[in-house]
Amino acid sequence: MDVLTCLGIESTADNLGIGIATSDGRILANEITTHVPEEGGIHPREAARHHADVVGDTISRALAIAGITSKDLDFIAFAQGPGLGPCLRTGATAARALSAYLKVPLVGVNHCVSHIEIGRQTEGAVDPLTLYVSGGNTMVTGYEAGRYRVFGETLDIALGNCLDVFARAAELPYPGGPAVEQHALKGETLIPLPYVVKGMDLSYSGLMTAATQELMKGSHSLEDICFSLQEVAYAMLGEVTERALAHTGKGEVLLTGGVGANKRLRSMIGLIAEEHGAEAKFVPIKYATDNGAMIAWTGVVAYMHGVRTPIAESFIDSKWRVDQVEVPWRG
Amino acid sequence: MEGMTLIAKGAEADLWFDPDWNGVRALIKRRGEKRYRHPDLDREIRRLRTLHEASMIHRAKEAGVPTPVIYQVDPEDATIVMEYVGGEKVRDIVDDLSGEMRYELFKLIGLLAGRLHGVGIVHGDLTTSNIINSPEGPVFVDFGLGEASNETEKRGVDLNLMHRMLTSTHFRHTEELFSAFREGYVEGLGEEAEQALGRMEEISRRGRYVERE
Repeated sequence: MDVLTCLGIESTADNLGIGIATSDGRILANEITTHVPEEGGIHPREAARHHADVVGDTISRALAIAGITSKDLDFIAFAQGPGLGPCLRTGATAARALSAYLKVPLVGVNHCVSHIEIGRQTEGAVDPLTLYVSGGNTMVTGYEAGRYRVFGETLDIALGNCLDVFARAAELPYPGGPAVEQHALKGETLIPLPYVVKGMDLSYSGLMTAATQELMKGSHSLEDICFSLQEVAYAMLGEVTERALAHTGKGEVLLTGGVGANKRLRSMIGLIAEEHGAEAKFVPIKYATDNGAMIAWTGVVAYMHGVRTPIAESFIDSKWRVDQVEVPWRG
Repeated sequence: MEGMTLIAKGAEADLWFDPDWNGVRALIKRRGEKRYRHPDLDREIRRLRTLHEASMIHRAKEAGVPTPVIYQVDPEDATIVMEYVGGEKVRDIVDDLSGEMRYELFKLIGLLAGRLHGVGIVHGDLTTSNIINSPEGPVFVDFGLGEASNETEKRGVDLNLMHRMLTSTHFRHTEELFSAFREGYVEGLGEEAEQALGRMEEISRRGRYVERE
């Protein structure tokens, strides 16, 4: 059978990513252009405008790096959700246009599913318990009976969002995670902060508020607050991970999403996996952050199992849950 | 630990059986250290959860829901020593009971669950594995995920878990057992019961609680 080539478009938040993947499992290109707000957090409309401005150039760059032309593309994949509406719409519009112009099929992909699939592919994970932790998502998932089931998730804001908002209050650069991590290295004293695990779910909004209030009070050093914030935030995730691991008995833990780059979180997950006889696998940052390669690769996997998205059904769904998606390739 | 048998090793705690704890048979529940957590945070979490669980068990008993007698609580060592309740898990005996006995047992379990909710406690892990069929009747155990709450949502989660258990593990008698449970639950909780049962149905329809076949 011929090797098929797929171009994937990621545009769920501040990254516009274009990836190119092939049906024999190669990633030919993975180009990312990031929208950097002048101040504050991501403004969905401005990020969408940025994506519209750069999508053409980013596609050209990806094709050049892959050493192919648009004529070599067999189908187009795009992130159909979940994410910020205006950003998703921009990516979907580009995908529909490409598909119609090249007369090739379109494949809508769930963003969270694609984080899992790229990790399975690049890290050689077969059936992992996956922790997807980023600025927009925090969830512990695993495959069971046709779908990726959610064992635990945040009830309010994502862990990365908690770090970002705190970092902004502390006047640290965006994204907040790496800056908080650097300061935490010099912290020594653990300050009491709210540790909120409800059953298998997590809540980070109270932690964010409490950490920010400590900052305003000024009775502890920034280093100690960053240290404590990390210890509490990651331990909460660790607890849910451990329970899910005990419950499912899975042999691999896959850590992905931008927050997965954090060394303290990695060491915690490593210890938990060891305790339960599982193998910890960390997705490298270029595939763990929002990127086009994961969309292209998941597009390939879905396409090979008959998934097609006619234009009439290519509406974006900004709240598309990971456990609503049938994943026939795992059956 | 000398003379003791490890009964269960959970993600959160270990259970030990001591045949002679100051002359009585006892169950010892210990929340072990977690290496991945900062030691101060770890100590605090284990301490608070131990105290919390002991208080939930005690409050349930005050409400007339049979729970193990607590002999000793050591928050610093995150250990609860409690009465060893003899008998089988309800989970393991359902199929051996006659139709009438099954009905009476689940009506009583429903009544006790209703009473528990009525005094503002949700169990958090209400399954037939956490109810012991002792010679004196059903005893509710493992309040590790228990919470003080009057929220309809949390009551619904308790009921949904019980219903899911009856559907999966006890699929031969699902409808019969749940209707007995429901009858007792309405009697135990009163007029708020319908609201909680309605929420249970809503929860079971949500994507995140889709049945795991």
